[in-house]
Amino acid sequence: MSQLSGYLLLSAFLFSIGLAGALTRRNAILVLIGIELMLNAANLNFIAFWRYGPHPEALTGVMFAIFSISVAAAEAAVGLSIILAVYRHSRTTDLDKLNSMKG
Amino acid sequence: MTISFLLLAAITIIGTAAAMTLKNLVHCVLALSLGLVGLAALYMQLGAQFVGFTQILVYVGAVAILAAFAIMMTRSADPAVSHVVSSFRASGALIAILVFAVLAWATISGTSAQPILTAAPESSVGQVGAALMHRFVLPLEVIGLLLTAALIGAGILAMDEHRGNQNRGTR
Amino acid sequence: MTGHLVTLDQIFVVIKHWLLGFVPGALQPISSAILSVVPVVIAFPLLFAITTVLERKGLGRMQNRYGPNRAGWFGILQPMADGIKSLTKEDIVPKTADQLVHFLAPVVMVIASFLVYAVVPIGRNMVIADLNAGVLFFFAIGSMVELSVFMAGWSSHSKYSLLGAMRAIAQMISYEMPLVLASVVVIMAAGSLSTVTIVNMQAGYTGIWPHWYLFTPWGIIGFVIFMIAATAESNRCPFDMPEGESEIIAGYFIEYSGFKFALFFLAEYLGMFATSAMAITFFLGGWSAPFSFLTWIPSYFWFFAKLLTIICAFIWVRGTLPRLRMDQLMNFAWKFMLPLSLINIVGAGIWHFMPAGFTRWGVVSLLLALSCVLLSRGLRRNKWFHVRTYRFAS
Repeated sequence: MSQLSGYLLLSAFLFSIGLAGALTRRNAILVLIGIELMLNAANLNFIAFWRYGPHPEALTGVMFAIFSISVAAAEAAVGLSIILAVYRHSRTTDLDKLNSMKG
Repeated sequence: MTISFLLLAAITIIGTAAAMTLKNLVHCVLALSLGLVGLAALYMQLGAQFVGFTQILVYVGAVAILAAFAIMMTRSADPAVSHVVSSFRASGALIAILVFAVLAWATISGTSAQPILTAAPESSVGQVGAALMHRFVLPLEVIGLLLTAALIGAGILAMDEHRGNQNRGTR
Repeated sequence: MTGHLVTLDQIFVVIKHWLLGFVPGALQPISSAILSVVPVVIAFPLLFAITTVLERKGLGRMQNRYGPNRAGWFGILQPMADGIKSLTKEDIVPKTADQLVHFLAPVVMVIASFLVYAVVPIGRNMVIADLNAGVLFFFAIGSMVELSVFMAGWSSHSKYSLLGAMRAIAQMISYEMPLVLASVVVIMAAGSLSTVTIVNMQAGYTGIWPHWYLFTPWGIIGFVIFMIAATAESNRCPFDMPEGESEIIAGYFIEYSGFKFALFFLAEYLGMFATSAMAITFFLGGWSAPFSFLTWIPSYFWFFAKLLTIICAFIWVRGTLPRLRMDQLMNFAWKFMLPLSLINIVGAGIWHFMPAGFTRWGVVSLLLALSCVLLSRGLRRNKWFHVRTYRFAS
């Protein structure tokens, strides 16, 4: 097993951990953290392929990872403020209880 | 599979697994920070220093603290009244295991054939800056707009409407 | 410079290479790292000890009293007394506190505070790690301090400490933006993120005047913004609302006693020294002498002289200004410092593209002065000055 497949396996593992957390946890904030983990796993994939793939001088992987980090930060900010607004309305962050659209 | 890669991978896996399974939410956020620092160290080991430091600055310095603040303000740090996992835990875990199996099969069958022995590429900060200004200038401007929109949007969404109406008029 | 003066300037480098000669080849990299790190780890805590005495005596004199003068000749052994006291005090941890996080918070803070010294150039050829992205490393590690503040405040499970931690983090995050933007001007002018390159660009002289970035209009404003933001980042007066001694007693480290409290104290002062060292690197020319006829004095002497001057300025400001309220603090950061630092970047860009001479001095100074005046007027516009009536005054 080469170096690249080691990094890719780690990235797949992190992705599935994030997916498991996003699908099974009850609190909305932890679902958001799971989504952030999935984005990070994809970033690791990009950097690993940049390092071990053809044409690393084009810096494509590094650029994509930088933009992905910025977008993830913006998404975390907006997501957390949505959770705060929902909490202010219905006094709970439990996703099992937030299952009706009636306001 | 060098020893440093195995060590950093172990730290990252422990941190992220703890982040998704612990009961106390603030412990989850702190374990997530540990996992993200491990990931940043992996980026630096792969030769992308700029991305590694940016990851620490943005994720550990901002996103983790934002999540901690959100946990404080939504009172989620109090001990859980019921189960911490939702009622769909079996199917959720099954889906995650299936996804990992498919990805692992694709990885092992796809890349273990040829060992890749390229030399370490150099990515100095100057090259990253030049690339941002020449080839990637359009994404840079779009990211600026996106971040501005996110800033304004997050501020409006989290603003207390009741107090916002009170502030108009008298002081 | 003649041979002897060069040796005096490079004496630490020469000693390090001589000591490395005794080490077998296989252990060379790690011994080189240890030999670079040990002097820094010794020098800066020693500076911390001197600063505690200096601060207490300086504040005392400003408040018309003696400072500590019992512990030794003029109180010079006071840090030793303080150290022995904090080592032998009982370590009280509240029963409902989160034990692991409570223990780890000062550790993380001290580690982060020590790590940032890796990119500070203390003298000519005297830097621990010449990183390509040195400035980014400094800001990244500096942002880990906020996480440890949150850990300290939350783990004590006490309302005062949580309140202090929230205030401290809000203040630190607000002032991190002007801090970074004030250093962006320097990065633009030097063209590199490496601290060694930034200092080398300022080490030249025209006539007797140095090329420090302080002697440009955007440099002066940048230096002032950086120093104000550094005061806020280290929670020093007038920004020490989070550790307001008369209000919430000690803020986020209220439940810490003994050696952990001393560690927080150490970490806070080390952070202050680190941001001062970066201000010296960015704006004051690092280790370069102020005039060209003074270059015979060793470079590390100039670095520590500038550092001590800035520390004395910090102590002076602490003894002079009253504390800012939380909303005043936040208004100041978001409505004055942030727009001013953005306009500073525009000014530095104009400076870069205009030809050298009085014109560019005039244009950029006018732009910056105008924006200072207009922004401070905007800051005052929302104030509502009531006439205060005290009910029981005669």
